[in-house]
Amino acid sequence: MSATIEMPVVKDTFNADGHAHEAQPIYLDYSATTPVDPRVAAKMIPYITEHFGNPASRSHPYGWTAEKAVENAREEVAKLVGADPREIVWTSGATESNNLAIKGAANFYSGKGKHIITVATEHKAVIDPIRELERQGFEATFLQPEPNGLLDLVKFKAAIRPDTVLASVMFVNNEIGVIQDITAIGNICRENGIIFHVDAAQATGKVDIDLEILPVDLMSFCAHKTYGPKGIGALYVRRKPRIRIEAQMHGGGHERGMRSGTLATHQIVGMGEAFRIAREEMHEENKRITHLRDKLLHGLETMEEVYVNGDLEHRVPHNLNISFNYVEGESLIMAVKGIAVSSGSACTSASLEPSYVLRALGRSDELAHSSIRFSIGRFTTEEDVDYTIELMRSKIDKLRDLSPLWEMFKDGIDLSKVQWASH
Amino acid sequence: MAYSDKVLDHYENPRNVGTLDKNDPNVGTGMVGAPACGDVMKLMIKVNDAGIIEDAKFKTYGCGSAIASSSLVTEWLKGKTVDEAYAIKNSAIAEELALPPVKIHCSVLAEDAIKAAVADIKAKQLAKASA
Repeated sequence: MSATIEMPVVKDTFNADGHAHEAQPIYLDYSATTPVDPRVAAKMIPYITEHFGNPASRSHPYGWTAEKAVENAREEVAKLVGADPREIVWTSGATESNNLAIKGAANFYSGKGKHIITVATEHKAVIDPIRELERQGFEATFLQPEPNGLLDLVKFKAAIRPDTVLASVMFVNNEIGVIQDITAIGNICRENGIIFHVDAAQATGKVDIDLEILPVDLMSFCAHKTYGPKGIGALYVRRKPRIRIEAQMHGGGHERGMRSGTLATHQIVGMGEAFRIAREEMHEENKRITHLRDKLLHGLETMEEVYVNGDLEHRVPHNLNISFNYVEGESLIMAVKGIAVSSGSACTSASLEPSYVLRALGRSDELAHSSIRFSIGRFTTEEDVDYTIELMRSKIDKLRDLSPLWEMFKDGIDLSKVQWASH
Repeated sequence: MAYSDKVLDHYENPRNVGTLDKNDPNVGTGMVGAPACGDVMKLMIKVNDAGIIEDAKFKTYGCGSAIASSSLVTEWLKGKTVDEAYAIKNSAIAEELALPPVKIHCSVLAEDAIKAAVADIKAKQLAKASA
């Protein structure tokens, strides 16, 4: 089982100048990216070295071997999500898949209408293509989720207009891990003749996906959140009923004209192997990860003024997003150097704005600034979780001793009533 | 983000963390920033009758640079007159800690905290004199 596979981090390695690397922190940022499973890496290597052929070369065995590997991988990807291999189009990753799905469908069907519905908590790779379409004359509705991060179906229905052509809702949120009710949203789309796109970058290997049953027309995937390599993804494009998209990349007519460009055989092989492993191991793996997540949650929620962001029930076990009130996120990340996590604090982003996802849940700026996303996965151990709990508890105590807000809270002062000298 | 050694040192071992008695007529308090902006600094100074700052304490909610900036100024303030303290510029703080451009606002906040604490002690002294 997966528990016997070790985290593929090379320890005790040396830089070119002979100095040892600093000890690596424990990796708890699986929602940012996952390490490539060693089994995946092993399967990829021959397709960089010996089987280097272009899968589009039809005239010799180099090409045939590569093509066979690509089609094998396509089958593995299709199997994980209950699709027909002919419905899988290779892309460079979920950002490209989202762009191709959203712009491609909106452009193809623009004669039917020019209104798009999405959610304020979508990934930027969905929000920004829709913003771009707005500049081209489309109109978009960005629905606010409920405070638990889930979409209210009544509000979704109410947003539908006669000219609504496309809806895009992510399966699993990257910051808070909540799982939207894709079946219900898809059924509403079907009833109203709306094309439905789902960004499933964070969902593969975590939730069951069966596109034979799911009323979804377009679905985006990537490999690197599911123990595959970066730089490879796929877009599911439904055949029955057939969904058409306008190509965004023009060239040699690869992927039935939907996405030109020489296929990256080794990357594709990696994605196929990663998705095969996910299909075979996800149920066992999720049990183990749920146990670890529960342990982490119980270890942290017994502190004062700790808030879990996003619904706990409709959520993948891999994600735990917590706000530690009165402690600023970036200073907390500095304090917990022994673990690699991310924060919704403004200071950790280039924009100096706190997480727009947490703000959309109605969280205050303070709580957004104080948030930490722990995301765990295949190589996280029981000891990692124990260490994290102990580290977090001691550092939060230390930072709260430093915090004037904590002091005021302890003195019973209502911080919302304080007149702050803003800057 | 890479921090300078001085920021890391102040962050790991902050100097003069704590609180003075805010009701003491010789103690001035400056609190600047806002939780919504991600940083709040509280600086307290104790000034003797000769106008010299005898003690300084701080508490800060904010990033590492904000904590380091406020820790640093508590060191600088001790032994200075309130007028000398008032003259401390954010640029000196930023230079001492080698703050990157994106963190300059932390040094501005520390300067603001000094000015607010000095204004508070001056107002208290004025009230005492007119009492």
